Amino acid sequence: MTAIIKAREIHKSYKMGKSTLDVLRGVDLSVKKGEFLVIVGASGSGKSTLLHILGALDQPTKGSVEFDGIRLNTLWGRKLDRFRNHTVGFVFQFYHLLNELSVLENVLAPAMASTGTLGWLTVRKRTINRAEKLLEQFGLKDRLGHKPYELSGGERQRTALARALINQPQVLLADEPTGNLDSRTGSGILESLSTLHQAGQTIVMVTHDERIAGRAGRVIRLTDGRVQEI
Amino acid sequence: MYKWILAWRYFRKRPITLLAVAAVALCVFIVVVVMTVMNGLVGEFREKNHLYVGDCVISSDSLVGFGYYEPFVDQLIGQPFVEAVSPVVRQVGLLTQPGQTWNMGVEIVGVDPRFHARATGFGDSLHFRSDTPDLAFVPLYDSSLEGCVVGIDKIVRRSPDGDYLHDPEPYPFTLILSSFPLNTRGLPTRVGTDMVSSRTFYYSDNSHSGLVKVDANVVYIPLDRAQTLCGMDSPLRRVNEISISFRPGVSLAHGVAQVQTLWHAHVAAHRDQPGGDLFDYVAVESWQQNRRAFIAPMEKEQTMLILLFLMLGIITVFIVFVVLYMIVSHSGRDIGILRSIGAPTGGVVVVFEGFAILTGLVGAATGAGAGMLFLWRINAIEDWLHRTRGWQLWDRSVYAIGDIPNQIDPVLIASVFGAAIIACIIGGLVPSLKAGLKRPVETLQVSQL
Repeated sequence: MTAIIKAREIHKSYKMGKSTLDVLRGVDLSVKKGEFLVIVGASGSGKSTLLHILGALDQPTKGSVEFDGIRLNTLWGRKLDRFRNHTVGFVFQFYHLLNELSVLENVLAPAMASTGTLGWLTVRKRTINRAEKLLEQFGLKDRLGHKPYELSGGERQRTALARALINQPQVLLADEPTGNLDSRTGSGILESLSTLHQAGQTIVMVTHDERIAGRAGRVIRLTDGRVQEI
Repeated sequence: MYKWILAWRYFRKRPITLLAVAAVALCVFIVVVVMTVMNGLVGEFREKNHLYVGDCVISSDSLVGFGYYEPFVDQLIGQPFVEAVSPVVRQVGLLTQPGQTWNMGVEIVGVDPRFHARATGFGDSLHFRSDTPDLAFVPLYDSSLEGCVVGIDKIVRRSPDGDYLHDPEPYPFTLILSSFPLNTRGLPTRVGTDMVSSRTFYYSDNSHSGLVKVDANVVYIPLDRAQTLCGMDSPLRRVNEISISFRPGVSLAHGVAQVQTLWHAHVAAHRDQPGGDLFDYVAVESWQQNRRAFIAPMEKEQTMLILLFLMLGIITVFIVFVVLYMIVSHSGRDIGILRSIGAPTGGVVVVFEGFAILTGLVGAATGAGAGMLFLWRINAIEDWLHRTRGWQLWDRSVYAIGDIPNQIDPVLIASVFGAAIIACIIGGLVPSLKAGLKRPVETLQVSQL
């Protein structure tokens, strides 16, 4: 299978007053299409930072990321927004749902962001159908009109998962998706991710829980800002 | 689409929004009320000045006046754009009563009421003869006497409410008017103790133009009597002014230009005749130009008020800026989420600018609505305050103002409404741009702490 993500010599440093904190120190990584890659590592090892760089939410201090042949550091403005909107889907540990929007609206938000008002009116019906199907798939059919703060943690994360998938991204990037959930609810989320992977979805997941890594096709460990294959 | 949904939800759900809406509403309310009253006062004042002199005025700077006016008046009357023409004498004089030692300075105005009532608002300013202005100088109590019309503030008392306390018919006052006749060279026509010319008139009516300086100073008498009294009947019959009104539909500028053309031809034809040099001091002006010395200060005050309200607008901008800045500061997580799902910078800007526009719309609508409601009842409110608390906006016993002007001007309302929304857009610009330019990872990481 061909590599969809190629990261070369990724460095990331943060200035902390007069000193510099090196979080990533030359990470090389490739993710194949359809792969379920799990990145494990201790807290503060730079897992989330790496995931943010792979999803173009952040930029490396040094090094480059190629996504399906496109260097991410050449993307800016509209192209960068389109990349975040269409190519990757993010699932965060703390769900990051918009409390002002309902469950359905949260899931629709990326689709709305990718179209103008007129464009949205054209695709509205089709997209709402897709969002409703996704939410039904994740057991949230009866929660469409609810606000995120009216949901349980698991329901919120499943809503976030549906939101990440609404634009059919090439890669799903999950940052500790079970980190804020009890083990039973977390298992449910992992089950959903496994199902998606079996359906051909490329997934990169970050976790500090090595027990979860068992579900992955491939596991790498981040130690001292460098990658170790397991 | 998400932009407007989010803008609307932020607007509805954030309590601080109320502060911004209240600030905008208050500013709009103040501007609508004060500007309506001020515009009304200025508009009324302009209209009163217009009615006082007619549409176009040919006037001399000199007290001596100018001659050869009769053929020009005849010529004007024959013009299709002219409605009416009224030659006027204006002179300084003294007013007293037989056997009295007091006297007071007045402006003697000589007019023919048949013409003056058609060329100006003179007829409507009369109290007893407003329906028959031609008889303005005929006293109701004795038609054989020679009457005079006195400025209302000189002869009629006012109640503390500002209402004039008219008698059922004019009291038969005998008044003596004195003038100092000047010849065509501006020198007294008489010498010694005989230099003053006096004549007795009988109070026939009062005139209420609504202009304080006019109503407190003017005494109207018949034109020919004024010419005789002021020495303007010989050797050259003279006037100081000609008031002209144009037919409906004739534009002021066009009418004045035509009168100027005719006047220049008239002056050219009579300049070489005796007293022709008096034409040098004569100007043909529109009523606005003629009364500019009176209108300009009020218009200047109006401009000052607009400038002050501009400052109020700046305060509105600042309040919206502060409120939106606070909202943006507390919405870092949401901004990060929006950016992470691919919302463009412009989209995030629209969310917060949309919020600002909604603030402007609701604030301006509330303020304008409240302002119109207040204006609708402003005179009733003032009456009630006067009855219960003895408070008046203007002391009517001092100021010649009737009701507080409260005529709603749709253009003013629309302008203030639009300006409020623009102020909100400007106030929201910097915070919205700040939101749009936030890096998603910063806000998301911070919110995870």
